[in-house]
Amino acid sequence: MRIGSRWSWRLGVCGLALIVALAGKALSQDKPAEKPADAAAQAAAPAPPPKPDPGGTATGTIADVPAKEAGKPTLVEVADAVGHNRVAINIMWTLITGFLVMFMQAGFALAETGFTRAKNVAHTMMMNFMIYAIGMTGYWIMGFALQMGGVGALGTLGGTGVLDSEFTITLFGKEFGLWGTKGFFLAGSSYDVAVFALFLFQMVFMDTAATIPTGAMAERWKFSAFFIYGFFISMITYPLFANWVWGGGWLSTLGKNFGLGHGYVDFAGSSVVHMVGGVTGLAGAMVLGPRIGKYTKDGTPNPIPGHNIPMAILGCFILAFGWFGFNPGSTLAGGDLRIAVIAVNTMLASAAGAILAALYMWVVYGKPDPSMAANGFLAGLVAITAPCAFVSSFWAFVIGAIAGVILCWSVFFFERTMKVDDPVGAISVHGTCGAWGVISLGLFADGTYGDGFNGVPSTVKGLLYGDPSQLVAQIIGPVVNFGFIFGASWLFFKLLDATIGMRVPRDVELEGLDVPEMGAHGYPEIQGPPTLVHGMGALGSARAQAVPARVVAPEGGR
Amino acid sequence: MKKIEAIIKPFKLDDVKEALTGIGVIGMTVSEVRGFGRQKGHTELYRGGEYTVDFLPKIKVEVVTPDNLVSKVVEVMASAAKTGNIGDGKIFVHPVESAVRIRTGERDEAAL
Repeated sequence: MRIGSRWSWRLGVCGLALIVALAGKALSQDKPAEKPADAAAQAAAPAPPPKPDPGGTATGTIADVPAKEAGKPTLVEVADAVGHNRVAINIMWTLITGFLVMFMQAGFALAETGFTRAKNVAHTMMMNFMIYAIGMTGYWIMGFALQMGGVGALGTLGGTGVLDSEFTITLFGKEFGLWGTKGFFLAGSSYDVAVFALFLFQMVFMDTAATIPTGAMAERWKFSAFFIYGFFISMITYPLFANWVWGGGWLSTLGKNFGLGHGYVDFAGSSVVHMVGGVTGLAGAMVLGPRIGKYTKDGTPNPIPGHNIPMAILGCFILAFGWFGFNPGSTLAGGDLRIAVIAVNTMLASAAGAILAALYMWVVYGKPDPSMAANGFLAGLVAITAPCAFVSSFWAFVIGAIAGVILCWSVFFFERTMKVDDPVGAISVHGTCGAWGVISLGLFADGTYGDGFNGVPSTVKGLLYGDPSQLVAQIIGPVVNFGFIFGASWLFFKLLDATIGMRVPRDVELEGLDVPEMGAHGYPEIQGPPTLVHGMGALGSARAQAVPARVVAPEGGR
Repeated sequence: MKKIEAIIKPFKLDDVKEALTGIGVIGMTVSEVRGFGRQKGHTELYRGGEYTVDFLPKIKVEVVTPDNLVSKVVEVMASAAKTGNIGDGKIFVHPVESAVRIRTGERDEAAL
């Protein structure tokens, strides 16, 4: 031991000496290098010696503008550089915020798995994981084309306008865009940097919607049925509704065609992403029925506690972090400085949602329930997603606060009145609060932003700021969303149920889905046969607390 | 020889262990158990709904001692595990017929 520590001490000294020696050599090389350079400059006056710029004030000059004659760009060359930089900032912004949104998949995985039981962790995680891959594949094949194939030139991304083909029908003398028809497999003319940047951003949004129903349908959904669903939502339902709102489709043109404000406005996707996910989850949870043990025979609901609240809350924080990509990124423009307002509105609404949900539970039930407070946090984020660019910070806080309370009511409505079992609260967080978000835009948009949005001149105003027609458009949107998404998803899930079956067998559900569906436990050390139980050192561990007896041996069910 | 089996609150394990080693007890076996007595279970609240946890987590401590130490061990265990609140647990004393120390083959009290 003594020899070992003495040797490590010596090694440390040697290392330090080496660093000092090298640094000294580097410094001594710098100094003499200047003198011969100065002498040479006096002799022939060629290029000046390279000087470092530690202050950063001299880096980036006219010499950096690409020009035929270095340092003397023409006006056209300057303008080209400016245009290129503008689009570069916007594409960078769109990609980086898209990367943040991609990370929300991790948030969803942790939140949903934490709110469900230990016996189903591998299955719940696997759904949240695989939806990323399945959804992306389906979206690349055809979802993106249906959604964005007719969007036209992308101003902020330097659009070359290659996505220019929308399938429309004519009703009441007006054109109704239904879906795009360019961009399948990102092939042909969509092999374009602006289109690829847009694809990445839109893809991660679609995957956010697609992973929401896995929470509402967790702990009983057959993986094979889930697998097929992944293609259904990414190729059909999500792209169609997204086309109608973001791809130049008929909801976005309600303003241009019928004078309803700016048409249906959903800035970052309270309805396009979250309500689609929540409503799809509602249809799926209704087709599946409640988990065994969720309801007693007289219909009263039993709590089934999630197995890991720290995991769930970590997931919610990751989601909130990703939301800084979700909302500010939806400008598709880093040069649109409204992003500061959008980012602040986003975080304020989440704070209000968390506070109000916690306070509501505290006052009504005696404790500030962590899982409901976490849901309230997300509810505020979901609600502010549509109006984030159009409201003041005051209204952002109000929108989030109202979402926090609506969330609680909605959870109890679906659980107690509708008898729909939603283990993680996804239907209420994303569906109900998504609808509230788009309606709130129609109330509180203050007219400071959105000039020319959806092709309508002037800024976006809600009812309180003088444009009641905007509110009408904001009500049409969620009604159409619910009608289309619920109807199509319900039919699809019923069809799946009748063919391959939607739900795992009863004994599989009781045992836990991990081994029968996935082949292995998520937590083998605490779930395996008794002879394999390790971790006895953790006496009095949370495990015993987290599994109430009634849930271990459930009765009743559907 | 007697086996003294105590069901105690989990957070009292260290106190009990220290008290027992302090009076010369040289071995014990501990396990995680769940159960209820007169305390019954307790209720918890999750997403606005109450539920009952019937089987509460406890620790079972087992000690085998020569007859002359039994009353001392029971007394020390009881005082170390006591909080005065509901759910402190119980102590049971069983007769033990014989004991074998596996490594040496010693028997009965010599094996302890």
